[in-house]
Amino acid sequence: MTDIYLDNNATTKVDPAVVDVMIPYFLEQYGNPSSIHKFADGVARGLKQARQQVQALIGAEHDSEIIFTSCGTESNSTAILSAIKAQPNKKEIITTTVEHPAILNLCEHLEKEGYTIHRMPVDKAGRLNLESYKRLLSDQVAIVSVMWANNETGTIFPVAEMAEMANAAGVMFHTDAVQAVGKIPMMLQDTKIDMLSLSGHKLHAPKGIGVLYLRRGTRYRPLLRGGHQERGRRAGTENTASIVGLGKACELALEYIEYENTKVKAMRDRLEQGITEQIGHCFVTGDMYNRLPNTTDIAFEYIEGESILMLLNKAGIAASSGSACTSGSLEPSHVMRAMDIPYTAAHGTIRFSFSRYNTMAEVDKVLEVMPGIVATLRKLSPYWDGNGPVANPEQAFAPTYS
Amino acid sequence: MWDYSDKVKEHFFNPKNAGAVVDANAIGEVGSISCGDALRLTLKVDDDSEVILEAGFQTFGCGSAIASSSVLTEIIKGMTLDEALKVTNQDIADHLEGLPPEKMHCSVMGREALQAAIANYRGEEWKDDHEEGALICKCFAIDAVMIEEMIWANKLRTVEDVTNFTKAGGGCAACHEDIEAILEKVLAEKGEKFDPSAESVSKPAEKVAAVKAPLTNLQRIKKIEQVLESLRPSLMADGGDVELVEVIGNTAYVNMTGACNGCQMAAMTIAGIQQRLMEVMGEFIKVVPASEMSKLVNIEVA
Repeated sequence: MTDIYLDNNATTKVDPAVVDVMIPYFLEQYGNPSSIHKFADGVARGLKQARQQVQALIGAEHDSEIIFTSCGTESNSTAILSAIKAQPNKKEIITTTVEHPAILNLCEHLEKEGYTIHRMPVDKAGRLNLESYKRLLSDQVAIVSVMWANNETGTIFPVAEMAEMANAAGVMFHTDAVQAVGKIPMMLQDTKIDMLSLSGHKLHAPKGIGVLYLRRGTRYRPLLRGGHQERGRRAGTENTASIVGLGKACELALEYIEYENTKVKAMRDRLEQGITEQIGHCFVTGDMYNRLPNTTDIAFEYIEGESILMLLNKAGIAASSGSACTSGSLEPSHVMRAMDIPYTAAHGTIRFSFSRYNTMAEVDKVLEVMPGIVATLRKLSPYWDGNGPVANPEQAFAPTYS
Repeated sequence: MWDYSDKVKEHFFNPKNAGAVVDANAIGEVGSISCGDALRLTLKVDDDSEVILEAGFQTFGCGSAIASSSVLTEIIKGMTLDEALKVTNQDIADHLEGLPPEKMHCSVMGREALQAAIANYRGEEWKDDHEEGALICKCFAIDAVMIEEMIWANKLRTVEDVTNFTKAGGGCAACHEDIEAILEKVLAEKGEKFDPSAESVSKPAEKVAAVKAPLTNLQRIKKIEQVLESLRPSLMADGGDVELVEVIGNTAYVNMTGACNGCQMAAMTIAGIQQRLMEVMGEFIKVVPASEMSKLVNIEVA
């Protein structure tokens, strides 16, 4: 059996149909879309079509609300920096403790420049408290930025409702939707979301292409100024091949959205159920009843994630972990800490994220090897004794400087 | 994924001496569950000879933590306790053919578990003297706690100061923004303000030079010989040796002999020697294999 890729929240394989539509833009239609000659005359049309394909997937009202950027991070930075530049008197930002670093690190930086950052906590299932959110909204807030779906647990936040609340308070609303777009249906024109970030490589388009959705009429200041590209809202020569590729990927995502929420979800559910039934002392993290259909994040207690990944990798299976060691930091994932998952479990979290390319046979293969991997590592663990954790593990093994 | 050496992978996939030693008489437990690494080392020590007869490990941790634990048990089996106490974290890393900078703390944990186990055997109390912070400089594996302590202790003011005292920021320079942030924080705690264009406090090397006259070439050679002499026993323990061939300015040309000759780890050993020389002499010393000498001399002549 060939290798099994279950790390689709990290990035995805480019769909061959996407590659096919891109090739001519490297070899034939390589002209600058701003030029007036035959090397460029199809390019503007290609870009327009891609814009409409993106528009259709996210349900935007106008295709001019789609601004192509280089990645999700650029879209996020553009959105937040635009909001604070356009409203220089508002010095507060509302976000959550479980955002992607693309938001958190930017906010931390702005905090040093004098902004007040409200980071909303989550409960043990990764959910927000909308009552306390409502209390934070005021005319001092420049922007609310809340992710649509969490990259680690797949937990979905009620962004449409939160955007309504922000709108009622006169506050701009942005959502980092890089994990949600293409996995769950959306119709932005029916919401009060002002800005949304998406990233091509999460939905079978190449890396290096993203989109900022900007609702018509939202006050805006560009991050990159220069040429007239993207109507002056994002200067820089268009990444034509990737834009066209992203358009195709969005068209396919829309086609497969039902498949994603039935077949892909069924694979995820079978894996999750199989693992939790076969292996003791493990549990699913996040909001199980309000999740992306493709994601499961499972905490294996008393063992460490990187070790699990190395053994999975040896078995030809790719996944990822929230352990400190995989990132080289000193703390396990901030998402796990925010949910108050104990350290002995947080370091052992493994995220399996599916795509339409996965199969049930692959699920069976993972179910075949996973119990052995966990058992092997537990045999090495000082928290484990024979067939179960040592009694009072935190007391039984209390190393110096823990 | 980390770029682990084959040796790390070998010890991770097929760990040696996993599990607790039955009727162990020395136990060391170290680590930090918040960081995700914890190790229990159990030893069976012969009471008459103090030789470590058996060693076993139980580790909660990543690939390199398990590999470090495994290789540690292999290194110390058969050693006397006094010999084992001389095992450094660098020895553990060397046996693993190197560790990524972010993972060097795994080897430190191994050494500490060993010290703790020996202290346990001898009825002493082992205290951990190290507090670990976020890794700032990836080139030299320097963490935030170390940088903060040095800023406090030596009244450092600039990034250049921090580099001179800790080496942090002396490589690729990508961490300079982080070092500035630490300076800003610590100086604020001291009631001062960080000024990027402030005069650096004098370099440690210059301080040494200011007190003593600069080394003459002969003095430098003698000093280098002394340092090599002090390192010789650990090289010989691995069946190797080092010989000083020539010193030109700040460059020391050496021959790695015995088992070191042609050893894949020779480059790492040379880096270790260079580090030690710089620490002792308080000036920059470059250690180069003597095989490189003809090239360089020719270039200089030309």
